[in-house]
Amino acid sequence: MSDIEAKDKKDGELRSEEFVINMGPQHPSTHGVLYLELRLDGEIVKDCRPHIGYLHRSCEKIAENRTYIQFMPFTDRLDYLASMNNNLGYALAVEKLLNVQVTERAQYIRTIIAELNRVASHLIGIGTFAQDLGAYATPMFYCFRDREIIVELFDELCGGRLTYNYMRIGGVQTDLPAHADKFIKDFIKYERQKLKEYNELLTYNAIFLARTKKIGILKQETAISYAVTGPMLRASGFKWDLRKDEPYMIYDRFKFDIPVGKTGDSWDRFKVRLDEISESLKIIEQAIGGLPAGNPISKVNRVFKGPPGEVYMRTENPRGELGFYLVSDGGLKPYRNKIRSPSFSNLAVLPEMIRGLNVSDAVCVLGSTDIVMGEIDR
Amino acid sequence: MDQTQITQTFNQQLPGAVVEEQSKFLVIKKESLLAAAKILKDSELAFQHLHSVTAVDRKDKIEVVYHIYTYKYRFMLTLKVYLPMTDLTIESLAHLWQSANWLERETYDLFGVKFLNHPDLRRILNPDVWTDYPLRKDFNRPDFYRLPQTEGLKAA
Repeated sequence: MSDIEAKDKKDGELRSEEFVINMGPQHPSTHGVLYLELRLDGEIVKDCRPHIGYLHRSCEKIAENRTYIQFMPFTDRLDYLASMNNNLGYALAVEKLLNVQVTERAQYIRTIIAELNRVASHLIGIGTFAQDLGAYATPMFYCFRDREIIVELFDELCGGRLTYNYMRIGGVQTDLPAHADKFIKDFIKYERQKLKEYNELLTYNAIFLARTKKIGILKQETAISYAVTGPMLRASGFKWDLRKDEPYMIYDRFKFDIPVGKTGDSWDRFKVRLDEISESLKIIEQAIGGLPAGNPISKVNRVFKGPPGEVYMRTENPRGELGFYLVSDGGLKPYRNKIRSPSFSNLAVLPEMIRGLNVSDAVCVLGSTDIVMGEIDR
Repeated sequence: MDQTQITQTFNQQLPGAVVEEQSKFLVIKKESLLAAAKILKDSELAFQHLHSVTAVDRKDKIEVVYHIYTYKYRFMLTLKVYLPMTDLTIESLAHLWQSANWLERETYDLFGVKFLNHPDLRRILNPDVWTDYPLRKDFNRPDFYRLPQTEGLKAA
């Protein structure tokens, strides 16, 4: 008889002990190479320690060895589901450093493209979240079907389906194709119809509600203290969107609402994303209606030196606030390029949310955070 | 709200803390960082959001850069602390803002700045057995990387 069995016999009952399981780095529901160290008591998660860095490529060091323009393709590989938004954030940061004026048409094109990418990114967020909950394949295929239309347009624009490298310092690479106007308007009409379908399929589905309501509640104070941004912060009831509150580019010209949640549970995070899609469609509709004629790129030297100094530029990405902190010493290359990625802070708060939940609910909460490892590890 | 208001607050409550003032950032003394951070967070200024923590290697010194935001006045403050290369230690802010935990771990991992009283100061992006600090300017990029063998691998 082993020591443990003897002790059990003496106690007269089965003892339970803490059990550690490793979830990841290769796991279907960790959305990339994320490794969660879960401490379990039976089925209940006592504690969780995320381990990251499996996708670390040291983009910030690479940036120090490239010129400003050469770093643009690397921003695609940060949050690879919203490459256009990363491109935009970086282009705006460099333009702020150089004090470059961007043409009206380029600003409108940028807005349309960035919002289309936001729609595509949220569609993946919703689809994979439903997949994590066990809604096998159907919602995900529906979402990927819609995203495909956007990706087709991007493919035509710049030849890439995932990493676009489309934005340029001072504008965009190419003008919109001739049929883009009709194409995008048709898409808006189509997608509005489909959003109603998603509401029937998921949002008010009894099983979906049972799995997500009051699961993984993130309080507003906790969210702010952890520097959580984006849909996760808004789901906790804090009305904050850079596009509205500190408008960059031309976002102050458009009418749109900011969806907010009430309790900050997984369902709220899902609902905020779904509502944001329809708000983005509103912006796209207004922007495509007021698209001015002109040049899609303003004249910027192919080789330039950054004036000595530093800038910080942050933009509202689908996952939160993406920031670029550029320090220049007057050379061809940035002296330092710090990337503040939203998913990094949004993942840091995960242990707070899943303590005390079942393992299956932990997967639900992780899915609702909609993180991308590419920008966490950089 | 602008930066001069914050400088005035510091000058009143922490005389001598502000070392340098530029148009885009404030530099404060290393010793008064924690006190200054407490003023920013708990006073009427309400800097609730520690947006990012990073560092810049200037070869003779390392600048630790904090971006702190106040939702109330909608102002982003860039706060800097200069650390000489001989003494890379600084007080951790993880007890004031929870976000500092991971952000400081990242700065420690990439620059080797030691944050005192940090709840869990481990490497975050690089492996635990890594010895260098990759974002330092004197970091030599090897042609080939090989990780030191960990205990587990040796046993296997």
